[in-house]
Amino acid sequence: MAALLPARRARGPIEDGPVTRAAFILIAVGFIVLFLLLPLITVFAQALSQGVNAALAAFDDPDARSAIRLTFLVAAIAVPLNVVFGVAAAWAVAKFDFPGKSMLVTLIDLPFSVSPVIAGLVYVLIFGLQGWLGPLLRDYNIKIIFALPGLVLATIFVTFPFVARELIPLMTDQGRDEEEAAVSLGASGWSTFRRVTLPNIKWGLLYGVLLCNARAMGEFGAVSVVSGHIRGLTNTMPLHVEVLYNDYQYVGAFAIASLLALLALVTLVVKSFLEWRYADEIAAVHRH
Amino acid sequence: MSATAALAPAGRWRSRSALPGFGLSLGFTIFYLSAIVLVPLAALAIRPWTLGWSGFVAEVTAPRVLAALKLSFGGAAIAATINTVFGLIVAWVLVRYRFPGKRLLDALVDLPFALPTAVAGIALSTLYAPTGWLGAPLAHLGLKVAYTPLGVIVALTFIGLPFVVRTLQPVLADMGTDAEEAAATLGASRLQTFRRVVLPALAPALTTGAALSFARAVGEYGSVIFIAGNLPMVSEIAPLLIVIKLEEFDYAGAASIGLVMLGISFLMLLALNLLQTWTRR
Repeated sequence: MAALLPARRARGPIEDGPVTRAAFILIAVGFIVLFLLLPLITVFAQALSQGVNAALAAFDDPDARSAIRLTFLVAAIAVPLNVVFGVAAAWAVAKFDFPGKSMLVTLIDLPFSVSPVIAGLVYVLIFGLQGWLGPLLRDYNIKIIFALPGLVLATIFVTFPFVARELIPLMTDQGRDEEEAAVSLGASGWSTFRRVTLPNIKWGLLYGVLLCNARAMGEFGAVSVVSGHIRGLTNTMPLHVEVLYNDYQYVGAFAIASLLALLALVTLVVKSFLEWRYADEIAAVHRH
Repeated sequence: MSATAALAPAGRWRSRSALPGFGLSLGFTIFYLSAIVLVPLAALAIRPWTLGWSGFVAEVTAPRVLAALKLSFGGAAIAATINTVFGLIVAWVLVRYRFPGKRLLDALVDLPFALPTAVAGIALSTLYAPTGWLGAPLAHLGLKVAYTPLGVIVALTFIGLPFVVRTLQPVLADMGTDAEEAAATLGASRLQTFRRVVLPALAPALTTGAALSFARAVGEYGSVIFIAGNLPMVSEIAPLLIVIKLEEFDYAGAASIGLVMLGISFLMLLALNLLQTWTRR
């Protein structure tokens, strides 16, 4: 977007005066520094408030290590599943016409307007001890709530639309001519997808995966409901941060939080890079 | 051709597309959507009625529940209003002006999307605590932010800003400056031009951005609970009350609050859509 600006520079009569410009820039910068940048700086400042070693010590704790492992494990299951879904949904929506298509697209976006706590709650209502399937699961000794499957389900729910909503507009724009050409020349469906579609959508897909993964690793509300907060067992990184913080172990809490904040910063840098370098190949206009 | 044969099972729903995989991709999409989203949400819609109508009404009109709902929706409305004003200024500055550090500012806007809510929560709580960098000077002014409803609004403002900015930015960039130039040439002052030309053109995007920011704020949990202090009737948000009910194994009570939250959000979005189609006519 920024690259477009020089050509669009306002001229004469509609140019804001220097005072207005300075005031608006000051307000915008001030607001962002105060509301967004300062909290970020606080995370690192608090983590390092008693030196680097104190911060690093937080990562020696076995509970912290298990939380980090669990976070990566949950994301490693949830993200690929949502990628498969996103590609399938985008393939169906973008390459074919069928009744109820716009309804389907609306429903795919639905999880974004549901509170994370409700996202966790719905699975408790089904799989919890007093849920629909609760007694059945107990008889067969299957644990979903307060265990890994619950964490994965809740994470899938909150990250559900990320890949699909990136790929659907992108693949709709690209149409189906190239794939039809490949198929009519005798390529199989799978090799058409792999050799024609995938190269066209790879940056958009990566963009969707990036956002999906950031949310999956950082999710708090939804996993908090289904986790049961069993230390060393069902606490993900964000939940471990909460436990430490509520235990008044501020340095430890902010040290783990710093790792999550670093992850967020890396995500932002890669995201900005993708938006800048591959602007035409991602549906960034629809981003959220 | 084998591709045509593969399409056959899709029957009359088949499009004229010669591509394979329609049945498989749509089938999987609908299955996954149902399993992950639709059936679980149906559970939420059904569970409260185990209490019966009167039980449900009693549950959601309990003073503590009403106070929590009022705080969640009221706080979200105030935060969305703040974000609409400042989001417009930020988007305006990012699209119309050139200044050093603009790219960085642009990237920072997305921070609330990327930063895990729990991290934002403990950071805001520390920042606005009576001993914090911002809390201490504010306390001097007699303003208590952390552990009050004001803290809730601060957290909801934090998470909602990108929705307004990111909705406005493309619209503002596409809008161009022709209409403004015309207005200016016809003798309108800069303020008049803004009020009569720019603002009406931006109104739909502003409303959408505000609605997105509001919808996100209503359900927000992680960034709020640390700074809120969670005093029942005062600074307890509705999502937290759901968590508390669940911890007491009161599934029906938790589902009732959840259903009311979803219902109100849905009605507000519906009203907004109707309003937009109505004003466009």
